[in-house]
Amino acid sequence: MSIRTPLAIARNHGAAKDGVHHWWMQRLTALALVPLVLWFVISIISMAGASYERFTGWVSNPLVAALLIALLVATFYHAAIGLQVIYEDYISNHLRRRVIDVVTKFILTLLGLVSIIAVIGLAVGV
Amino acid sequence: MAADGPATSRPVSPHISIYRWQINSVLSILHRATGVALAVGTLLLVYWLVSAAAGPDAYRSAQGFIGSFIGQILLIGWAWSLFYHLCNGIRHLIWDAGYGFELSGMMRSSMIVLGTASGLTVLAFIIGWIVW
Repeated sequence: MSIRTPLAIARNHGAAKDGVHHWWMQRLTALALVPLVLWFVISIISMAGASYERFTGWVSNPLVAALLIALLVATFYHAAIGLQVIYEDYISNHLRRRVIDVVTKFILTLLGLVSIIAVIGLAVGV
Repeated sequence: MAADGPATSRPVSPHISIYRWQINSVLSILHRATGVALAVGTLLLVYWLVSAAAGPDAYRSAQGFIGSFIGQILLIGWAWSLFYHLCNGIRHLIWDAGYGFELSGMMRSSMIVLGTASGLTVLAFIIGWIVW
């Protein structure tokens, strides 16, 4: 067993290199959302007022279902970390800020899961 | 604090109530506001997908709601928020890459963002109503 303190071991090894993770994930999801959102908007405009059969036929295409799920994952992740930044800026009480952030993340995760399962259900025709 | 001697009122940094309103601060606030609106607006997307998954009747009632007056108002607000957040988000990504910080370019890009977002919203609804 070493007599070196944990601080002495950690010293001079630099930062943990994940300081920009939150910032980077916000940009990464933003970058993914640019083409996904354009594709989604063009698709739903062309399907305005479409019949149930036409809509389910569209989602049952594996590429469409995959793109929809990618859109949903990126959207809910982007929303969760974006709202977190707003809470950090405007809610000064630490406990309240953390509680609201956690509740937000739980709700967005559930909404994301429900919508993804809906897409999978439509894609496989359950 | 007590050890620092008598309280002094030092100048503080001006806050938003002091600054004159200007295009950059307004668009920055709008980016956040539309972001929050879109986060809430995901409910509309989830409702639509879950209705479709629930079957033809639920899908038709969701289509009916989206096609109603309230549904269309919500959809117009959602569409403008989406196009604004998209256009301004692309501008943010360009800033992140280190470009577009000159004041004149910033004024121009602000106008381009507002114009493109509004233009795309109008265009989307014109085409959507023709297709419907």
